[in-house]
Amino acid sequence: MIDRAPTTVIEVTGAADLAGQATRLLAAGHRLALIAAHHDTAEHPGGPAIRIVYLFTAGPPDQRVELILRADPDRPHIPSLAALSFPAGRFEREMRDLFGVEPDNHPLPRQLVRHPHWPVGWHPMRHDAPARPPMTAAEPFPFLTVEGDGVYEIPVGPVHAGLIEPGHFRFSVVGETILRMKARLWYVHKGIEKLFEDKLATEAVPLAERISGDTAVGHGLAYALAVEDALGVTVDPGIQRARLALLELERLHNHVADIGALCNDVAYGIAHAHTQRIRERLFRLNARVTGHRLLRGSIRPGCVQVLEVPAIAEIKEIAGDLADIVEIALRHTVVRDRFTGTATLTRQQAADIGTLGYVARASGLTYDARIAHPLADVEVTPVVRTGGDVLARFQVRAEEAAASAALLAELLPTLAAGLFGTPPGMPGTHRSGVGIVEGWRGAIVHRAEIGPDGRLSRVKVVDPSFLTWPALPIALADTIVPDFPLTNKSFNLSYAGNDL
Amino acid sequence: MSWVVAVAQMLLVAVLAPFTIGVTKAVRARLEGRAGGRFGQPWRDLRKLLRKPPISPADAGMFFLAAPPVLMATSLIVAFTAPFVTTVGVGGSADLIVVVGVLLLGTVALALAGLDTGTAFGGMGSSREMAIAALVEPTLLLSVFALSTRVGTTSLGRIVEAGASDPARVFTPTSLLALAALGIAVLAETGRIPVDNPSTHLELTMVHEAMTLEYAGRDLAQVEWASAMRLTILLGLLGNLFVPWGVATELSPGWLAFGAVALVVKVLGLAALLAAGEVFLAKLRLFRMPELLAGSFALALLAVLASTILA
Repeated sequence: MIDRAPTTVIEVTGAADLAGQATRLLAAGHRLALIAAHHDTAEHPGGPAIRIVYLFTAGPPDQRVELILRADPDRPHIPSLAALSFPAGRFEREMRDLFGVEPDNHPLPRQLVRHPHWPVGWHPMRHDAPARPPMTAAEPFPFLTVEGDGVYEIPVGPVHAGLIEPGHFRFSVVGETILRMKARLWYVHKGIEKLFEDKLATEAVPLAERISGDTAVGHGLAYALAVEDALGVTVDPGIQRARLALLELERLHNHVADIGALCNDVAYGIAHAHTQRIRERLFRLNARVTGHRLLRGSIRPGCVQVLEVPAIAEIKEIAGDLADIVEIALRHTVVRDRFTGTATLTRQQAADIGTLGYVARASGLTYDARIAHPLADVEVTPVVRTGGDVLARFQVRAEEAAASAALLAELLPTLAAGLFGTPPGMPGTHRSGVGIVEGWRGAIVHRAEIGPDGRLSRVKVVDPSFLTWPALPIALADTIVPDFPLTNKSFNLSYAGNDL
Repeated sequence: MSWVVAVAQMLLVAVLAPFTIGVTKAVRARLEGRAGGRFGQPWRDLRKLLRKPPISPADAGMFFLAAPPVLMATSLIVAFTAPFVTTVGVGGSADLIVVVGVLLLGTVALALAGLDTGTAFGGMGSSREMAIAALVEPTLLLSVFALSTRVGTTSLGRIVEAGASDPARVFTPTSLLALAALGIAVLAETGRIPVDNPSTHLELTMVHEAMTLEYAGRDLAQVEWASAMRLTILLGLLGNLFVPWGVATELSPGWLAFGAVALVVKVLGLAALLAAGEVFLAKLRLFRMPELLAGSFALALLAVLASTILA
């Protein structure tokens, strides 16, 4: 059983107080994990307001601090923290689009989530938002034009060849060298956070599992932990260990797929073909363990269900198989040459932007939510590389996959098949809770607020992609155009998880 | 008689070409542990494309429309005149400089078509293709020159004939150097790994495919077919220059039939070899390409030097 201090909640008043508290927390090694706006009605404790929650986390030991700022619901203005933290500026732009909250003194107060064809003045996350007015048909598409001799633009997407999520990339190029790359995402806004509202807290895991299809366990578990935290439920360590095992199975099949895809992008098809074989084997294993190839449907608040405990021998065999492929790929001089030095993200850049997961760890940052916010008493050693290039991101994946297999070998003997735990009951009062999980892409944070009737009043989801996307254009400086697909694959960020 | 034979040789190359592509794909799939398609799959794809009407981009002009027939014509002319089945008569009359020039004409036509579409991908593909072509063409010429000095003529028919009648001449240091140079040049010219990846869907990494992205229907079928014929032609020449046995040196039905079978075996064998080699290779970084191609040029130059010194 892992004990942790309860979340510290601090009500802040005004810009100076907020900036002071944020500065203090960031200096003490906290990370700005989430900023969520809430449009409170008269039923909420504290009365009608636009309430902003700033969640700062640090660990180990696991610490969580929430700063709460109230703004006028009719003309909401908040002081911007963009000067202190780059992620804060992104969260503020998101809130500006979805809640109409105006950040004062923001250096770049431009739309983020909404495309220009969205109706003006329509903020869908507000309670008083009307049904969606008609979208305008045409969309202006202004991009900063890079001028100079021989500079030309390459527009790519949003519809791509192959099964890739939609995103538009605009390259300004001289010869083959990329001068500037602007990514326009946000083509897949589904209103997921709105869909959570008014669902029973105990029944919304299936929605969380579908936030990003490849991260069913990561998001499902983060959501379940947030609900358990809100309702004050303590979960049996055996249940947490089973959940961790599922999380590692998810990391394994995604890293295997990425390792193959990176090889495929340098036309080393044989490695790709073999990782596909391993991936299919893992999918079938997943189906036996949970009844779903992508591991959906096992985790519920307070509970976990395992249909079959996988054999350690099979996991070890898969890990050995994968290690062989990685070794063969990295021994190939051309593959290694393509990976080495391509699209380098320095440690400083990775830290300033607030990158997470394998991208951060390939640039020398050590943050891993499994260590900072542990769920069970298991030893996790972070895999860290300092190169910051495609090779480092490839190697971090390969070593993490091996570490996942080792962790599974430790966890599996303690597991048994069956349904464990009981769903939590009604809260009776307004509650809130936070769930933090190291998903395969990086730290996933969910913050859930639950009303007295057990229905969700607000869920804020932060996928690591939201924080890591801005690092891609920076890593691309001085990279050549034909290396972009390889770089993009080495980041492999989610579009669906980014644009909720 | 020799005209009829040349026409038959051209048709054979045209029919064989999609199977050449089919063999490379099938062999590669098998070696990677995948099921893959059948040898005849490219023919089925062509049949499907030939039934569909072409579509042109709004801004495209005559270069875009002209490229598929020009590319097709250049491939057919080379298949008509170069020594594939026979070295005698029209079917073996081509001069090596003419063959390289005619093939280059097709390359340039397609590059202009890529620019003519007005899309970023087309222009990008064309500029890369031209950069590669500028490095490859000298190697193509020079490596065959090395083989021509021992015969004293630039006629491909005579060079192949000399090889067929005097096998000792084929296995010389000159030949080996020229083979290595020509092999790399053929890989680059036909857009194979490590220079280009014919099976990728990533537009930004493409060379040959980027120029043909805007083609559809019958136009695309022509471009694909002509490209397959170029691969067949270059593999056929490679086969006949370095393994010249089986080429018909007289116009008797028996010899011609044997020559045709020998050509099919050589081309498909080389295609399988090519695919097997590709399994072990990855695509070079675009900026490393000049190193590879300059290396092949140096080999070709050495071959020419060797042929004059050792002759």
